[in-house]
Amino acid sequence: MPDDILLMASEVSRHFGGLTAVDRVSLSLARGEVHAVIGTNGAGKSTLVNVLAGEIAPSGGRVHLQGRDVTRWPQPRRARAGVGRSYQRTTIFPRSTVFENCRLAAQAHYQHPLDWWTAAARCPDSTRLAHQAIEHSGLAAQAHRVAGTLSHGQKRQLEIAMCLATAPHVLLLDEPLAGMGPEETERMLSLLTGLKRGHAILLVEHDMDAVFRIADHITVMVNGAVIASGEPDAIRCNAAVQSAYLGDTEDTREPARAG
Amino acid sequence: MTRTHPITARVWPLGVALIALVAFPHVGGQFYIDLVLTMMILAIFALSLELLVGRTGLVSFGHAAFFGIAAYATALVAPTASAPSLALLLPAVVIVTALAALAIGALSLRTHGIYFIMVTLAFAQMAYFVFHDMPFAGGSDGRYLHAKPVLAIGGITLLDLGEPRTFYYVALGCLCAVYALLALLGRSRFGHALAGIKANEQRMRAAGFSTYPYKLAAFTLAGALAGIAGFLHAIKDGFVNPEILAWHQSGAVLLTLILGGIGTLRGPVLGAFLFVLLKELFQSEALFGAFARHWQLPLGLTIIACVAMMPNGVVGLPTQWRRARAPVPHAG
Amino acid sequence: MDFAVFLVQCLNAVQYGLLLFLVASGLTLIFGILGVINLAHGSFYMIGAYLAYALAPWVAAHFGGGFFTELAIGLALSVAFGYLLEWGFFSYLYEREHLQQVLMTYGLILVFEELRSILVGDDVHGVAPPAWLAGSVQLGHVMTYPVYRLFMSGACIVVALGLYAIIARTRLGMAIRAGASNREMVQSLGVDIRLLYRIVFAAGVALAVFAGMIAAPVSSVYPGMGNQVLIISFVVVVIGGIGSIRGALLASLLVGFADTFGNVLIPQMAGILVYVLMAAILLWRPEGLFRTG
Repeated sequence: MPDDILLMASEVSRHFGGLTAVDRVSLSLARGEVHAVIGTNGAGKSTLVNVLAGEIAPSGGRVHLQGRDVTRWPQPRRARAGVGRSYQRTTIFPRSTVFENCRLAAQAHYQHPLDWWTAAARCPDSTRLAHQAIEHSGLAAQAHRVAGTLSHGQKRQLEIAMCLATAPHVLLLDEPLAGMGPEETERMLSLLTGLKRGHAILLVEHDMDAVFRIADHITVMVNGAVIASGEPDAIRCNAAVQSAYLGDTEDTREPARAG
Repeated sequence: MTRTHPITARVWPLGVALIALVAFPHVGGQFYIDLVLTMMILAIFALSLELLVGRTGLVSFGHAAFFGIAAYATALVAPTASAPSLALLLPAVVIVTALAALAIGALSLRTHGIYFIMVTLAFAQMAYFVFHDMPFAGGSDGRYLHAKPVLAIGGITLLDLGEPRTFYYVALGCLCAVYALLALLGRSRFGHALAGIKANEQRMRAAGFSTYPYKLAAFTLAGALAGIAGFLHAIKDGFVNPEILAWHQSGAVLLTLILGGIGTLRGPVLGAFLFVLLKELFQSEALFGAFARHWQLPLGLTIIACVAMMPNGVVGLPTQWRRARAPVPHAG
Repeated sequence: MDFAVFLVQCLNAVQYGLLLFLVASGLTLIFGILGVINLAHGSFYMIGAYLAYALAPWVAAHFGGGFFTELAIGLALSVAFGYLLEWGFFSYLYEREHLQQVLMTYGLILVFEELRSILVGDDVHGVAPPAWLAGSVQLGHVMTYPVYRLFMSGACIVVALGLYAIIARTRLGMAIRAGASNREMVQSLGVDIRLLYRIVFAAGVALAVFAGMIAAPVSSVYPGMGNQVLIISFVVVVIGGIGSIRGALLASLLVGFADTFGNVLIPQMAGILVYVLMAAILLWRPEGLFRTG
């Protein structure tokens, strides 16, 4: 269903001097799907996310967003066009409230560098988007708490909420479950499942249980290159993946040694 | 976006300070009035830098360039024959300074972090040399301001800045206006965006903010506001020379900021008053005799001590003491 | 401009550029490895010049003269001074944000300037080059060129080569290069990072002091000489990129040529030409010519 493919990476590469961090990776993100990217540490997953988000330019290959070639677009422009990303290390603004965090993110769509007097509180669009984002991410009860006082899991939820506040079509999520206990993980997973409907989601994760539960499509990367890509059952049985990454058991919260 | 005091606790000291400033010329002698004028002008200068450093997180070591450009513009643009019109001169000076800030900012903001600090310092030094070496500016001797501006409507003189009292109240009015503008800015979308850029520019870009236009706008506005201070300075002294662009002035205003406290509006104002007092103290021959010549030594030591021990400035002291007595474990 | 004059100006440009390189490489080492922006770096240059002025008679009295003795003593003093300064002051700056570093080192400049004023006064002093370097060398038919300036360029080249040899070829150099990119890793390899930092800082100080010492006979010794060199060094670092010694060398030579020929060709704009160059490079390549990252 090509109409539903929102983000497509074609033969994307990224080199750092002599080191190849991402080696001709191609993947596509379709609306209504969670596409997980897994791999050992140093496999280039975060670099891939950075390239897709526009934070760094690829050394080769193209990125298309809803049919448009956005390879040369800088990150803010891509973000406004609908690519949202969350970070592995929490990057919320700790001194503001949850609501203020989301409202600030939402403001990205209404930029007026020369408008010095309109009060932030008086912007109805940002306020509306912020409330929606808070609802969707399940933080309604904490809307007026100072972000720095939230629990770790709530902060990760806020990270997603800030993503949602910009009304993206594509969500690039870099290890949203990092450091979470089982209860918080459950909450996050149901949040992500709920988000599937309207968005295309790229999920970089180490938590294999979670990945196999919610992913519709899995891509496995080792040393910057894709070694397998397909439906979860196919990946589970894939011999190359098993030897390179999953090891003998499926319990891989701690990934096996790199292949 | 911090919540330290409720509104009332913040407003009444400001009110008291304002009343004191308004009443001062009636009780003080000319020397003290001049001193307070110097403080107020430095306060405007420091407030303009607060917008850059405190609000946007852009550490500029070249802000004196805009102070100096405005002061020189005042002396150079003002006609020599008659008293210039305040209504024309002040906007003209501010516009010229804003254009200079736009040009310097457009180039400097292509750099970040440590490079930005070095580049702003370099551009300020460039401005210094322009005014020092080029003949149109009078060289190292500087230029005189031939007549102080007046505000006249239809032949009736409303404000004559040559009158010391009038000038004092105009300066106080400018200080209040700049303070109010920055307070308004803090509540605005623009101000919130700047705060976000200071906290985490990368995150702002990821959300979709093009941060360069915001930073450039802040830089230009900060330059323009510094221009108001420079304008007042030129009128106060009636004289400009290249030393007002020396990088020591950029250092002095940065020190003023950190002395009072970065991140608030009271900080720069308080810092300006303290800095001028300290300078008077260290330069006082009555106290230090011949050693007063070397006033930069205690000043330098004060800077080091202040940054080391009071990184949040005087305004931040109550919080600092409170934290020291009852350490609160950080949440998360 | 005839060829002999052109050659003389080229030699001047190279000499000035190489001297700047010494100062700038100290600055870029201290920032690149230790992460500290040090505004007081120019003060070290000034201290070097005043040392040359103060040591000359002392060395003459106690050792019967000897230029290299003077340099050696100056270097030893500067290394000791750098070591103590790092231990007592700079080590507290490492984890602080840039604004605080800038202000604290700015305060240090004021302290150094006033101490100098108290101890040695504010007069301008000349320093004579050693007799055996005081002559001139014949260039073509009409022009002569001071031997001392050639010596300066030569000394800077020797130091630059030594710096390169140490950084590229020795274990200390390897630790320095590694420490620039990854402090924790270097520590976990068993290198005493504190000692490493102290050595690097002392080396940076020594470079600036040495530059000041050899520059003294040419530039005279005057208050404020440190500030001027500091700001030009900043321009060099901006153009060449932080942490890149190669970048500092090329940028220094570029600045040297721009300043020297600018002075000759457009004297009214002499002071600002270097900054115009910086502005042009910022327009074209904001990360500097050789930014390492």
